[in-house]
Amino acid sequence: MSFEKKLPSWKSIPIGGAILKPGNFAERPTGDWRVFRPIINQDKCLRCLICWAICPEPAIYIIDKPYRTSSGREWKFTLEIDYNYCKGCGLCVEECPVKAIDFVEEVK
Amino acid sequence: MSDLWIRIPLTSNYAAAYAAKDVDVDVVAAYPITPQTPVVERIAEFIANGELDAEMIHVESEHSALSACIGASATGARVFTATSAQGLELMHEMLFIASGLRLPIVMAIAARALSAPINIWCDYSDLMATRDSSWITVIASSAQEVYDSIIQMYRVAEDPEVLLPAMVAYDGFIMSHTYEPVYVAKDRAPILEYVPKNFKNRYRLDPDNPITMGAIADPNWYYEFKYQQVVAMRKAYEVVKKADEEFGKRFGRSYGFVETYKVEDVDIALLTYGGLYGTVQEAVDILREKGVKVGAIKLRVFRPFPYNELFNAIKNLKHLVVLDRAITFGGVIEGPVALEIATLLKFKSLDTNLYNYIVGIGQRTVTESDIIGIVDHVSKLIEKNVVPMESIYWGVRE
Amino acid sequence: MSKPTLYKSIFELPREEYLSPGHGLCAGCLVGTIVRVLLKVAGPNTIVVTPTGCLEVSTTPFPYTAWKVPWIHVAFENAAAVASGVEAAVKALQRKGLVDPSKKINVVAIGGDGGTVDIGFQALSGMLERGHRVMYVLYDNEAYMNTGIQRSGATPFKAWTTTTPVGKVLKGKLQPKKPIAEIVAAHKIPYVATANPAYIIDMANKFRKGLSVDGPSFIHVIQPCTTGWRFDPRYGIKIARLATETAMWINWELENNEVFRVTVPVPKRKHVKHYIRAQGRFNHLTDQDIEEIQRFIDKEVERINKMVGKEVIGPVVE
Repeated sequence: MSFEKKLPSWKSIPIGGAILKPGNFAERPTGDWRVFRPIINQDKCLRCLICWAICPEPAIYIIDKPYRTSSGREWKFTLEIDYNYCKGCGLCVEECPVKAIDFVEEVK
Repeated sequence: MSDLWIRIPLTSNYAAAYAAKDVDVDVVAAYPITPQTPVVERIAEFIANGELDAEMIHVESEHSALSACIGASATGARVFTATSAQGLELMHEMLFIASGLRLPIVMAIAARALSAPINIWCDYSDLMATRDSSWITVIASSAQEVYDSIIQMYRVAEDPEVLLPAMVAYDGFIMSHTYEPVYVAKDRAPILEYVPKNFKNRYRLDPDNPITMGAIADPNWYYEFKYQQVVAMRKAYEVVKKADEEFGKRFGRSYGFVETYKVEDVDIALLTYGGLYGTVQEAVDILREKGVKVGAIKLRVFRPFPYNELFNAIKNLKHLVVLDRAITFGGVIEGPVALEIATLLKFKSLDTNLYNYIVGIGQRTVTESDIIGIVDHVSKLIEKNVVPMESIYWGVRE
Repeated sequence: MSKPTLYKSIFELPREEYLSPGHGLCAGCLVGTIVRVLLKVAGPNTIVVTPTGCLEVSTTPFPYTAWKVPWIHVAFENAAAVASGVEAAVKALQRKGLVDPSKKINVVAIGGDGGTVDIGFQALSGMLERGHRVMYVLYDNEAYMNTGIQRSGATPFKAWTTTTPVGKVLKGKLQPKKPIAEIVAAHKIPYVATANPAYIIDMANKFRKGLSVDGPSFIHVIQPCTTGWRFDPRYGIKIARLATETAMWINWELENNEVFRVTVPVPKRKHVKHYIRAQGRFNHLTDQDIEEIQRFIDKEVERINKMVGKEVIGPVVE
C-alpha cells in the first residue's frame, strides 16, 4: 500500500472508470523510451509530409514557421519532432525519401 | 385510477413487454429463448404497429444482446432486454461489465433451470447465479408486479446516485405463460412523469463531450471503482424503497421489499419468492382452517438484500422455513436465500430456527399439499427439537 | 453509395489529431499510424468502439486516455455488438429528437485480428447481417500480440508464434490464414476493402469510402508488428510495403458487392522471400518452405487477376 501515496479517494474519481479529459495521455511524455534520436536536417527536408503522416505517436508536427535553406530555398513551414513523445522508432528515418533524417544515439 | 389504467389479461412475459413499451425504451436488443420468447415477440409487435418507437436489434446471441444494450445505454438510450437460463449464462460476462460501467439497463428474466440436463422449465438457478454481478434484483410474484417493478426499476437504475442495472425475474412458464388480469397504462405520459428520461445526468458517448469509457484500472484504481459500486448498491436500498413508495402514491400499488401474510400470531412462517408465494398463501389458508397457525413471507428484492425489512418480518418467529428454488452446490446450506438469511440471523443475533427446503427444481410441481407436507415435516422436527444442519430436498425420489 | 471526395495526396489529409501522443503502443507500432489516419478521416463526430487488445490497453490506462473522440471498450469478443448498440441508440435518439438529428455521427469499431476473426467473429457476422451503419476496421498483426504473440486464425502459414513454436517435429503454424475480408464480403455489405499503411492515401480513401456508405463497411488493414514479427521497428512500413510488392497482401476493394478493384496494382512482383526473410517469425523457413508459399501466392494472384478480368498483379521479376 505504501506506493499509493497521493491517489484520490473513491469519492473523487468518475464512476465506472470514465476518463473525462480527452487526450490527457499527452500529460505523460514517452520521450524517455528513446535509444536513438531522429534529427531532421531542415536543409535537406523536402516537406513531403511522409514522416508526419506515418508517425505513430504523433510526434512530428507541421509548424507554420518559414525556413530558408542554405541554398536559398524558401519554405513556408517546418517539420519538427517533439522529443517529449518521440519513442525513437526510426520509421521516419527509414521512410524519408531524401534521407533527411539522421538517427543518432541518445546521450543521457 | 380508472382513467389511468385499463385492465387486460396478460402473461408475465407480456406484462414485461408492456412495461418496456410504457417507459418508452429507445433500444431493445434481445434473443429468443424459452420461456422468455413472448417478451421479444410482443415488443416486436409493438414496434411493428407503431405503438413503440424503438430500435430493435435482432442480435445473434444473448451475449450480443447485452453487449448491444451496453453500447446503446452508454450512448444515452433507455434500453431493455429479457432472457432466461442459458441466455442469462451466456450474458454472464456482460452482466459484470454493464454494472461496472454503471449503465442503467433493465432486464426481465423468465426464470428457468440451467442445463445439463437441459430443462426448459422453471427454477431460479439462473437468477441466483447472477448474485455477485452488482445488478439490482427483484423477484415478482404476479404479472402486475412484473409490470410495475420493471417501471420502478427504470427509476431506480437511472437514479444518479445508483446508476446500476436492474433485473426483474418471475417464474418461467408458471408465470411467464399464464394469464392474469393486469392494469396497464392507457397512456404512457403519467408513467414517463414517474420515470422521466434524462440521459444528461450520466456519462455517455457524446461527440460534443468526448469521454473514454471502459478504461483499464490497475491495482491502484480498480478497488475504488468496485467500492463505488458497493456504495451505489447500498444507496439503491433507499432508492428502491422511495421508488416503490412514490409509485404507490401516484398509482396506488406498492410492494415493499418483503411481504408478509398472516404472520402476526404465528411462531412459524414459510418464506419464498416468485410465483410460489401464491401457493404458499393458499396452503397457509388451508392449514389455518385446520387450526395450524402458520404465516407466509415473500422476499421481493434479492439485491440489495433487505436485511432491515426481513429482520422485522422474522424477529418474532421461533421457526422460519425457507423454500428455495435453486441450489448452491456445496454451500453450508444449499438454498441460496436460506444462506443469506442464516447470515442475517447471525448478525442480528436472532435465535430463530432456520429450516431450508429445496423445492421446484426443474419445475418439479409444488402444490399446496407439498407445502402442507413441509409444514407437517417441520412440525415433527420441532417436536423432536431437531434443527437439521443441511437443506432438505423435498420430493426427490429415493 | 454516395461518392465521397477522395484524397489525392498527403497534403490533403486533415491536420487535426484525435489520438494524443503519450500512449503506450510499442515504439514503431503501426496501429498508431492506422488509427491516427482513421480519426483524421472520420473527424470529431465519431464514436469509437474498441475490443480488448493492444490498442485498447495501451491507449486507456486509467486515468489517462489517448482518445479525443468518444470511445468505449467493453470486452474482447463483442465490439461489433457494442457498436450495433451505439449505432441503434444514435438512430433512435436522433429520431426522437433527443440528440441533434442534423449531425452525422460515425460509429467505428477498431479491433485486432483475435478480437475480429476469432473470438469476435460471431458478433461481427451478426452486425454485418443486420446492416448497421458501422465501419469495422481490423488491424491485423496476425497473432494475439497483446497476450504475447499467440497464434490466431489470422496467423499466416508456417509463421512462428509462442503457441506454434519451432520444434523438432512441428515448425510454425500448420494452417493458412483465415480469409476474413472475403468472408465478410460474402455478407454482401456495401463496402469491403483491404488496406496497408505503406499506401497511406489508398488507406485513407478506403476509410473515407467506408464511412460514406449507408450500411456496414469493413476495412482489413495489415499491421506489421515489430514485437511479434521480430523486426527492427524502423522497418515497419518497409515490411508493409513488401507485403504488397510480393502480393502476400493485395490491396483491393469491393463496392456494393459488384465492383471489385485492386487499388494498388503491382505490375512487377517481388518474390515472397523478400517479405519473409525480413521477419524473425519466419527464420526457420527453408528455401523449400518459401517456394511452397510462393506457389500458394502465385495461385492467389491468378485468382485475383481473374476476378479483375486483367493482369493487375504481374509476374515475379525479382
